[in-house]
Amino acid sequence: MDTVLTKSTALVRNPNMLGGIILAVFLAGVMFLGGALVPYDPFKIDMGNRLQEASTLHWLGTDQLGRDIFSRIVFGAKLTIGLGMLAIFMAVCIGVPIGLISGYIGGRMDAFFMRIIDGILTFPDFILAIAIAGILGPSLTNIVIAIVLVRWIVYARVVRGLVLSEKEKEYVLVSKTSFSSPIKTIRLHLLPHVMPDIIVMAAIDVGKVILLISALSYIGLGAQPPIPEWGAMLNDGQGYFQVKPSLMVYPGLAIMVTVLCCNLLGDGLKSHFDIRKGRQEL
Amino acid sequence: MSLVVEGLSKNYSKNLVALNTISFSAKKGECIGIVGESGSGKSTLGKVLVGLENYKEGTITYNGAPVVPTKRSRLREYRKNVQMIFQDSSSSLNPKLPVWESVLEPLDNFKECSPAFLEGQNLSRKETAEQLLIMVGLDKELAGRYPEELSGGQKQRVSIARALSIEPSLLICDEPTASLDVTVQVQILNLLKDFQKKMDMTILFISHDIRAVTFLCEQIIVLKNGTIQDQFGINELYHKSRHPYTKALIEAASIQ
Repeated sequence: MDTVLTKSTALVRNPNMLGGIILAVFLAGVMFLGGALVPYDPFKIDMGNRLQEASTLHWLGTDQLGRDIFSRIVFGAKLTIGLGMLAIFMAVCIGVPIGLISGYIGGRMDAFFMRIIDGILTFPDFILAIAIAGILGPSLTNIVIAIVLVRWIVYARVVRGLVLSEKEKEYVLVSKTSFSSPIKTIRLHLLPHVMPDIIVMAAIDVGKVILLISALSYIGLGAQPPIPEWGAMLNDGQGYFQVKPSLMVYPGLAIMVTVLCCNLLGDGLKSHFDIRKGRQEL
Repeated sequence: MSLVVEGLSKNYSKNLVALNTISFSAKKGECIGIVGESGSGKSTLGKVLVGLENYKEGTITYNGAPVVPTKRSRLREYRKNVQMIFQDSSSSLNPKLPVWESVLEPLDNFKECSPAFLEGQNLSRKETAEQLLIMVGLDKELAGRYPEELSGGQKQRVSIARALSIEPSLLICDEPTASLDVTVQVQILNLLKDFQKKMDMTILFISHDIRAVTFLCEQIIVLKNGTIQDQFGINELYHKSRHPYTKALIEAASIQ
């Protein structure tokens, strides 16, 4: 109990981590409670009330179809953040096992996966995501698929690298000479070794992927109207940018805050794990 | 004869000969020391014997069967009989696992084993691990600790406990005392000697330190550049017919 307490205070004392946690709690609150709290239906068109300024009725004003912007942003949080996390979760689920197996088993299996990865890596990931989303057709499901197909590579490569340096360590060799199956060795020794790095990477990547989803939605390949995804809202608002910049400013701010949260959390976790690693090596 | 090595050769590349036609044999319960400087191929020999490195030329048989078996059931039998202790006590335990989980890994894979230290009792996993630690002279309180909280000697004792948990008939020790200070070295060597007598194991003790080898072994093999230079019983250590290289090793050890 005592160590848990000192660990958690050490975690909070890190300013990045503290900021990240506060933002994350705030965003989680918006995601899970926001739906119940928003005053308006985010899809309800009310042409009589279009392009209203911010007021006590509409906190952030209304858009070109009279929909409440605040309600749309709150509703969109679940969608944008949820999809970002889902995409990274799936990329981790594909990339980490491939990296572990490729690194530990080596040989032909390794060569096979590495050639696939080299092939995919020759394209910038944004372009590749555009191409995949373009082929599959514009929809949110398709860009999540596109992003997963592009992002798992990063995890597979990082994990493989970590495994290659760790598998020559004597405790892994002992595991082998103790007749542990490769799966047991990976689960017992190698997976716990790569997990901290994966968590840090995933935290930062969620931010990147949210940007990517929003960018793809903005250029029309992702969320289609009337879905209140933040990138799609930017797209909706761009025609009215000169008369009503708030149509783009608020979704933009929402994206910024979310990405900031992910980056702070990622940095905080990174220094947290680095400190622990350093202590182990002393 | 339990372990017979004949004409074993291994190259890492065309020009790098790790082992060159090595032949020797070990009887059951015998302790064979393999001495040589760094790069003499002694660690490679240990790794070949446990199947961590493969070899092209020569034959190795253990209790009459070729080594290392590829068939899974025979490999299992071999792994149960042959265990290895490594040099670096700091990396021989997983830093992310508590000691008791590490020490149980071989026993978990050979559940049918009922080693003598259990005395037929039916213990929980953690209690079994504690018994193992007590067996190698450690406090059972250490079971819940992480490797970073143990000294080098304690870690090496844990490694020994892990290797001996399934009561192998052949134990390969690759410089188990190299990373320890002198007093702890003696403790570890005594521990190994005790277990060798108690369990009637064959030990292959690989070391650069001829004093450690003479303390433990009856037969000594001197390796240099992958070839056997000299092979003799412990009572012939100071005999005139010793190879000049052996003499140099003995001399170097006595200077220290």
